[in-house]
Amino acid sequence: MTLNSEDLHQIAKIEKDKQDGFQHRIHVCVAAGCLSCGSGVLMDALGKEVNRRGLDNWCQIKGVGCLGLCAEGPLISLATSGTYYQGVKVSDVSDILDALGGNPVGRLLCPADTAFFKRQVRIVTENCGRIDPERIEEYIAESGYESLYLALTQMTPPEVIEQVTRSGLRGRGGAGYPTGLKWTTVSKAISSTKFIICNADEGDPGAFMDRSVLESDPHRVIEGMAIAGYATGASQGYIYVRAEYPLAVKRVRLALAQAERLGVLGNNIFNTHFNFTIKVRLGAGAFVCGEETALIASIEGRMGRPRPRPPFPAEFGLWEHPTLINNVETFANVPPIIRKGGKWFAGIGTEKSKGTKVFALAGKIVNTGLIEIPMGTPLRDIVFAIGGGIPGGKGFKAVQTGGPSGGCIPEQFLDMPVDYDSLLQVGSIMGSGGMIVMDETSCMVDVAKFFMEFCMSESCGKCAPCRVGTRQIYDILCRITGNQSTPEDLAMLEDLCDLMKNTSLCGLGQSAPNPVLTTLKYFRDEYLSHIHDRTCLAGACKTVVEVS
Amino acid sequence: MKEQVPNPGNTPPASSKPAEDHRLRMVNRTMQLYRNQSHALIETLHTVQESFGFLEEGVLKYVAATLRVPLSRVYAVATFYHSFTLKPPGEHTCVICRGTACYIGGSGEILDDIREKVGIVSGETTPDGQVSLLVARCLGSCGLAPAGVFDGEVTGKLSPEVVLEKIGRWQTHDPQ
Repeated sequence: MTLNSEDLHQIAKIEKDKQDGFQHRIHVCVAAGCLSCGSGVLMDALGKEVNRRGLDNWCQIKGVGCLGLCAEGPLISLATSGTYYQGVKVSDVSDILDALGGNPVGRLLCPADTAFFKRQVRIVTENCGRIDPERIEEYIAESGYESLYLALTQMTPPEVIEQVTRSGLRGRGGAGYPTGLKWTTVSKAISSTKFIICNADEGDPGAFMDRSVLESDPHRVIEGMAIAGYATGASQGYIYVRAEYPLAVKRVRLALAQAERLGVLGNNIFNTHFNFTIKVRLGAGAFVCGEETALIASIEGRMGRPRPRPPFPAEFGLWEHPTLINNVETFANVPPIIRKGGKWFAGIGTEKSKGTKVFALAGKIVNTGLIEIPMGTPLRDIVFAIGGGIPGGKGFKAVQTGGPSGGCIPEQFLDMPVDYDSLLQVGSIMGSGGMIVMDETSCMVDVAKFFMEFCMSESCGKCAPCRVGTRQIYDILCRITGNQSTPEDLAMLEDLCDLMKNTSLCGLGQSAPNPVLTTLKYFRDEYLSHIHDRTCLAGACKTVVEVS
Repeated sequence: MKEQVPNPGNTPPASSKPAEDHRLRMVNRTMQLYRNQSHALIETLHTVQESFGFLEEGVLKYVAATLRVPLSRVYAVATFYHSFTLKPPGEHTCVICRGTACYIGGSGEILDDIREKVGIVSGETTPDGQVSLLVARCLGSCGLAPAGVFDGEVTGKLSPEVVLEKIGRWQTHDPQ
């Protein structure tokens, strides 16, 4: 079956009419965060109660993707009045239904006019919390697959790439490579077979943006991949997603089946000559598989070990064919760019970092959850205005961005705009968007040790600097936090970090010293007090020396 | 490993009881889906683990033969990825998240307490075969740190006491 634009509009219209038919629409967040505090049961209870009262045609109960404020789950929103309720329990169901159309239930009210909601600019997450991720019709009702139609029927592949280039979009996986440039390289590669890979192997501990996007709006990523396929001349795609995200896997598979059934994936999409199919591949718990050559090895059914680049995957990738690899969030940005134009996108953000970025706020912060903000928003605003500051009246110490490859940013840089280049300047990276806030009770040496332990166990073992270096650095950090270090250890630590950074084969090893280097730079006194005074300034490490 | 099949070739492991037949059927189905091509290895191992609970040696040999992959590579892949385990799991599984947010939130203390009071570390099972402990890199439930998964159910805002109580109940078969 092939679709045309009238069919799309028809589906959208039917869906819209159906929604307008309801007096009230209650959206229950069924993303993983709220599900784990019981939103599934809550949704069932709401449905049953609506049914019992015979209000089925008056009030709609709908499961939606992430509403953002994960800390206060389960969250529900009343789409018709814009009210948010937080921490809702099954026992609250009657009160909520009673209050429809009147005054909201005061004790459950979640203030929606706070900076957390107001400061956000939603592009990637525009549908999160608004549509049912398990129904393609709802995505289509929100202009879904219109961009694909536009690209296929009214634009040539170079024109599509031109829009992406003009938008200034940079890879959201962390390194920030210009997306338009990557697409151009793949499109110029000469081969009859090319591949598109969506990197959804979100391995950074503390990052859950990609999971949220896949759980809340999977069709957006699929559409982005199909547009990329058209622009670069590829007809097959893979979504490489972590097996640890069962809900995301389930919703992506469902979305793919729906897209195929409707004909927005498959052969002769929208009656054109363009064919595109997508398969899902499961990761198996290896952080290094986020590196593109390791990811390719994993899809090929081998151990996920990187290989030297060049040749880059854009020329020599999956099964030796040119391959375009982009992150979930990058693909999710593509449909709005095509729909609204590259110029529109370039108007958001800073000079060199365009658009918005989704961050996962976690750690010692009041509003943990998912936020999307324009590039260049000052760090202070993120932590204190949007994030609500540090709980328990404790003092702020640092923000960790970029996961194990990033660094800790101290208080003195709080007024720094958050974009690719500013973060790089202070020794951290954008990374995929995890942002962990630490307060005065966190020991920075211990944090560095935590990340080094992570890199040590995730090192694939192929190159010696990473395999041996992570182990040695970890041992030194253990000695320091265990109060058994000598002053020479510090010099050795710096030497090793330098060596690893310059001689490791892939990004994992090259960036693994970053947490150590930034904490050494900004929190050197904590290292020194461990070494010289045998005390932990934060009081986190056990201070008693046990010399055997 | 209980079944030591010398060289099974392309025949299913000898341990096939009716119940296991069903499990093997799932494995066969995955391999057939990819027309027994070697790149189906990881997908197949996922299915093996899903249906058998762990990667049994006999089944690994069978998979190697069917996909025409050297057994050494099957073993390499099975041990390279953290999701795969070669040991049979206990009756109950407790996964503690050690992502950054959970670590900052105190999952380290929970793991320390389990080690001290229950006597197992990550990847181990209690001697009575009741409880297996695993550590997750990040469950993505950072808003609920520290989080864990108890027999497939994600639970957030954990404390050492809550976790120890839960494990204790499993070990004493307290059905609450």
